[in-house]
Amino acid sequence: MIGELSSRARRDRYGSKINRTHSPIRAYVVPWASIMLGSVLPLFVIASAVPLIPPLGFLMLLSWRLVRPGLLPVWAGFPLGLFDDMFSGQPFGSAIMLWSLTMIALEIIETRFPWRGFFQDWAVSGFLAICYLIAAAVFSGGRVGPTMLLVLAPQALLTLALIPVLSRFVAGLDRFRLARVRGID
Amino acid sequence: MAPPSSRRSGHSRRAQYGQFTGYVLAAIGAALGAVLLGISLWRPTSFNGVRTAAADTVAPAGEAGAVVRTEGQSLFDKISGYLQAGAQNAELRKEVELARIRLKEAEAVREENARLKALLGFRESEVKPVAVARLVASTATSTRRFAYLGAGRDQGVGVGMPVRSPRGVVGRVLEVGDDSARVLLLGDSESVIPVRRAKDEVVAFAEGRGDGRLRIRLINLGINPLRRGDVFVTSGAGGYYRPGIAVAIVQEVTPDGAVAAVISDPAATDFVSVEPIWQPRAVDAAKTPVSQEVGGPAGE
Repeated sequence: MIGELSSRARRDRYGSKINRTHSPIRAYVVPWASIMLGSVLPLFVIASAVPLIPPLGFLMLLSWRLVRPGLLPVWAGFPLGLFDDMFSGQPFGSAIMLWSLTMIALEIIETRFPWRGFFQDWAVSGFLAICYLIAAAVFSGGRVGPTMLLVLAPQALLTLALIPVLSRFVAGLDRFRLARVRGID
Repeated sequence: MAPPSSRRSGHSRRAQYGQFTGYVLAAIGAALGAVLLGISLWRPTSFNGVRTAAADTVAPAGEAGAVVRTEGQSLFDKISGYLQAGAQNAELRKEVELARIRLKEAEAVREENARLKALLGFRESEVKPVAVARLVASTATSTRRFAYLGAGRDQGVGVGMPVRSPRGVVGRVLEVGDDSARVLLLGDSESVIPVRRAKDEVVAFAEGRGDGRLRIRLINLGINPLRRGDVFVTSGAGGYYRPGIAVAIVQEVTPDGAVAAVISDPAATDFVSVEPIWQPRAVDAAKTPVSQEVGGPAGE
């Protein structure tokens, strides 16, 4: 006798497989849009004294790149950095250069250490994020000095703490991106 | 976790070329970014058009955010007010009595002032603000301290105009879009503003340190006359700021000046006003090289 099918047999983590498929728009737009939103969001906080908000756009780029390798092309740093430059207050071109270099660096790191895990991803993105903060401060066009580095410390700590949270968030966004929402007629 | 198999292009020529092109494009992107960065460090105003257009598009959202922010702040103020009501009441009563006496004194001084000014033929000119708007955004991730203002060229805002809140100077307009403007805050490491001590004529420059405080650099070196709690106001030198607006209060005295806190914290202000440049002719004169002004050849 044939038993009843398990209720989850025709479902996976992206929803029911019967008569439903992924939405291509969602699958392609969500990563780019979420990174761009990350570039714009810190604007709405008035930080008058020190830079305190982690570079959300950059961290989103890192998280997407590490959670879903191969989803963003290597050259994605250029258009996304261009968008970030319009809002970040940095001299124009700083994010274009640093984000492109980050994407290339991640490729190199990935060929060198192909196996990955939670702590390795955290270490890689933490290292790159702190390098990014320091490089951005050096290229900011302001006076470079010990005060500037001191000011970066709280922001760097917040950035390190935010990385695992963001990668969980990006994993959630990835499930949303691949949810089967389009009906097949 | 295993490496993704998509990295291995195998024997497919198409996949190999695709991957190679990706790397080339990324390298070109980085190089282009370096060139753009070089240009904008060399000439900081090169890409203003793109940026102001972008700021214009997000300004309405920032406006909504600013409303929420100020309302949230007043809520916190109310709660803490309830908690401290008793002690504060007694303290305030004492303060009010003192203030009443000072007020009478101030009235006397004001009358005398008016009389002396009438004697000299001075006319008190009230400065009308060009625009009153909210600070809608700031560069919260960058080490540079810029804020965005919800008013721009269409409201009459121009480059160089001072921005102030009821408490004191906030900064100076750096670039102008149609409906938004970028403001260089006092705390930015590139911001310098001529100041004098409120009670006498000790003149100094207040430079942003990049950590939210200002460095007071005295012009006349010698024995440092500064004390903790001294208030600095704009001196009017340079022609941008009208004299007598509060700027900073000294926190610690250093051998060659002091470190001071900004009096008007932009994050705590609701509305700011943009004032016209105080002495546009002085500003123009400062821009003109001396040789041109004199009308002679540049050198022998």
